[in-house]
Amino acid sequence: MSGRVLVGVKRVIDYAVKIRVKPDHSGVVTEGVKHSMNPFCEIAVEEAVKMKEKKLIKEVVVVSCGPQQVQETIRTALAMGADRGIHVEVPAKEYESLGPLQVSKILAALAKKEEAQLVILGKQAIDGDCNQTGQMTAALLDWPQGTFASEVTLEGDKVKVVREIDGGLETIKINTPAVLTADLRLNTPRYATLPNIMKAKKKKIANVKPADLGVDLTSRLEVLRVDEPPQRQAGVKVETVDDLVGKLREAGRI
Amino acid sequence: MANPLRGEVVKLYKNLLYVGREYPKGATYFRERLKCAFMKNKDVTDPEKISTLVKRGNFVIKELEALYFLRKYRTMKQRYYGDEPVKK
Repeated sequence: MSGRVLVGVKRVIDYAVKIRVKPDHSGVVTEGVKHSMNPFCEIAVEEAVKMKEKKLIKEVVVVSCGPQQVQETIRTALAMGADRGIHVEVPAKEYESLGPLQVSKILAALAKKEEAQLVILGKQAIDGDCNQTGQMTAALLDWPQGTFASEVTLEGDKVKVVREIDGGLETIKINTPAVLTADLRLNTPRYATLPNIMKAKKKKIANVKPADLGVDLTSRLEVLRVDEPPQRQAGVKVETVDDLVGKLREAGRI
Repeated sequence: MANPLRGEVVKLYKNLLYVGREYPKGATYFRERLKCAFMKNKDVTDPEKISTLVKRGNFVIKELEALYFLRKYRTMKQRYYGDEPVKK
């Protein structure tokens, strides 16, 4: 048992920022826009750090893939209490086509290399909303998976996961090593304070290239077009019930 | 004559400034208020009073952190768990 937890984090456009689509419909505007750590990844980091504080595990390693800027996100995770970081360097050009499959290949390779006992990820990122990375990582590693975790308990070499499913909760017990994905209610992530950010600057971030891990990043997907959601039509006020009925009939609702 | 608590006050100011970067009404709005709040007490020299004020500052940091967390949590809940009843 290595006692090592690998946590994947993603740098996304901040949740409070209004997303704008590029005029040529090829994607969304990311230049000059505030970025931060994906909220679900924060929950994943918090869970790993909590386990470490309870001395259930020995080390928390954060991983992020992308250009130079993702180091900021890794730093935030280190400030929250992770021990060291791994930056998988993917140039900005290739990063655009980096999908869940490519990331899960990287994570799977790293999980093997680091002999991780657990891999904890956010259930999905708020930019791509794919909700696939955790599942695919588990499949590639052929490890059990506990997705949408709302409660996690380590019990020796097993882990009990309470999962959020449609209309209720499901409790499963799986063997480690395993892949977990964090749901919103798993915990309340702590804030990365300034003193902690400063302390985190002393922690190490290793630089890795996808080629070193033997991972091929070619994507089989092609983005055809990105559009904004349709604008909501303005409502109308009606004077009388007859007007209302008339309007509804006009719209073919009754 | 530098007050021995000067370092602590400066540290508090820096920490508050950092937390304020994420303030919903903008960092500038926050900075102005922050400066006002500190300037208001610039003549306080009693170490006990300064300590109380620093404690209050640290409490404000905790409150802000809680505010940010709730704001984020609520937004996520609205976006991804929209049809469920809002849990208080």
